[in-house]
Amino acid sequence: MTRYIMRRLLQAIPLLVLVSLIVFVLANAMGDPLASFGGRRRIRSSDRERLTRQLGLDKPITVQYAVWLIGNDWMDIDLDGDGIADSKGTRQGILRGDWGKSFMEKRPVTDLIRERLPNTLLLMVASEIVIVVSSLVIGIYSALKQYSFVDHLITGLSFVGYSMPIFWTALMMMYVFAVKLKQWGLPYFPTVGKYDLSVGPTLAQIAWHMVLPVTSISIISVAGYTRFIRSSMLDVIHDDYIRTARAKGLTEKMVLFRHALKNASLPLVTIVGLDLPLLLGGAVVTESIFAWPGMGRLYWNAAQDTDVPVLMGILMLISGAVVVFQIITDITYTFLDPRIRYD
Amino acid sequence: MSAASSLSLQDASPTGRPPQSPIQLAWQRFRHHKMAMLGVGLLITILIYVTVGAWIFSESDANYNDLKARLQSPSAAHPFGTDGTGRDILARTIYGGQISIIIGLLAVLVSLTLGVLIGAIAGFYGGIVDSILMRLTETMFTIPQLFLLILLGKMLSGKIPTFTLLGRSFSGSVIVIIGVIGATSWMYLARIVRANYLALKEREYITAAHCLGTPNGYIIFRHILPNTIAPIVVSATLGVASAILSEAYISFLGLGVQAPTATWGNMLNQAYHHLETEPWMWFFPGTFILLTVLAINFLGDGLRDALDPRTVT
Repeated sequence: MTRYIMRRLLQAIPLLVLVSLIVFVLANAMGDPLASFGGRRRIRSSDRERLTRQLGLDKPITVQYAVWLIGNDWMDIDLDGDGIADSKGTRQGILRGDWGKSFMEKRPVTDLIRERLPNTLLLMVASEIVIVVSSLVIGIYSALKQYSFVDHLITGLSFVGYSMPIFWTALMMMYVFAVKLKQWGLPYFPTVGKYDLSVGPTLAQIAWHMVLPVTSISIISVAGYTRFIRSSMLDVIHDDYIRTARAKGLTEKMVLFRHALKNASLPLVTIVGLDLPLLLGGAVVTESIFAWPGMGRLYWNAAQDTDVPVLMGILMLISGAVVVFQIITDITYTFLDPRIRYD
Repeated sequence: MSAASSLSLQDASPTGRPPQSPIQLAWQRFRHHKMAMLGVGLLITILIYVTVGAWIFSESDANYNDLKARLQSPSAAHPFGTDGTGRDILARTIYGGQISIIIGLLAVLVSLTLGVLIGAIAGFYGGIVDSILMRLTETMFTIPQLFLLILLGKMLSGKIPTFTLLGRSFSGSVIVIIGVIGATSWMYLARIVRANYLALKEREYITAAHCLGTPNGYIIFRHILPNTIAPIVVSATLGVASAILSEAYISFLGLGVQAPTATWGNMLNQAYHHLETEPWMWFFPGTFILLTVLAINFLGDGLRDALDPRTVT
């Protein structure tokens, strides 16, 4: 198993290099990072030249990529623009753990991510739990009552949920559960932010503020997952070994959860494994609607400012997570289905 | 289908009716798929809305700013209300719908071309070509689509000027969005096509074609492609739905199609600020997106069941 994991990790290296190359080229082609530097004031051309040199943007893109990758502390660079390389570089490169500094915020990318990641994880992990639990319950129920009225209703509703644009769901939730409830004088949900500034970040406040975004994120995925679980349950539920399990007198609970679900959960593990790493990136649209200070908004702001190091940092984090979660997914298969072996 | 299989079908047919072609069989299954027929009906209704509606309202109605009638709630004069610069939302949903649907279709055409070409070449030639193309596919898969859309959308925004086609002027961003959505959504299709090519190229009829000296291009497009058309049709259909959603997402974020050209997506761009007081501004375009995507998903699901008799629902 260790050898298998090592091999998979080695195979991931070219993938990560390719991702970083593509993103680096795209991010640099997006525009001028200095365009939004002075806010509304225009920056003087001498300042612009100096900043370009300091950020290393005067170098060709190949050199910039190399600096991002392996740093420049082993060579001298020309910072004052006199044509003589006389200052020592300070970057260490991502291979040695230096993710670079944000152009706009002048702070290490890792700091920015560390600030935002917990918020995003809070939102996304809560959503993922809601998604998996509720779609398991609905999907299994739907499969057991195949072709009943409730099953048809669930299938129809899951199509509707699956087709909803997330912002439409979010706006509807806000309109009904915040605007309308408030108008009717009922207790209503807050729409923006992580907590009420007058109360402070208490647990109850954060949970209260999470209700609407979590529900909005969940609805669409629950719809998709439910259809998945229903069809994979239906695939196994008529198999011979299920009949055997019933015939030997096992309780229905045992049959369902120990025998049927275990085999039916392989496809579920696959999609959860594909979805989990993307959670790190947060939800750009949902976070911007609910003004949630997470990774999605960090990415969005960085994209608007052409803040290349931040964009690179976020996308490399997600790509790394994709690789790791794919390996974890493949290993989980071996636990769920002992027939699957890798060595 | 070869002659042999249709012969055996004829022999087996107890009623003596002529054998049915695979397309006829698929059509029969499709016709009995209630949700698929519902989807077709809904889709036709929406298409009638955006085409017939265009005879009633001209495009200049849709783009006409009536500053005296800003932010009006739905009324007899403006059934869906007006937006922040007094444009009639009903007329804009008609023209916006046209653009959204066209973007959906053309973006799928782009991703179909890329996906089929890359998948076919990788699967047919194998070896080093396959490795390179599949690494590229994997890489594109690793980056979340919306994140790529944002990068590409920002990179190309404003690069193409407004152009005129058939007497109507379109913002150049329409082209950008079509290309960008197409370029970020071909990977899934490429994988399916590759898998089919890997399997099919080992069949006897392909060996026979090789022996007859058939050129590779002819084998790829005339011999193998028709046999892998079913999954391509299904994923292209569902692709239209997700392209319309992608357009809506990126336009919602403000990187999509630019004014004056309306799309369902960019009508929602400023909607956030009107959440409480002018709900009609986001309700109508959002509902149109939902209904269109729903109809296409129904249709695609029906097609999947009709084209692949093995699927259980």
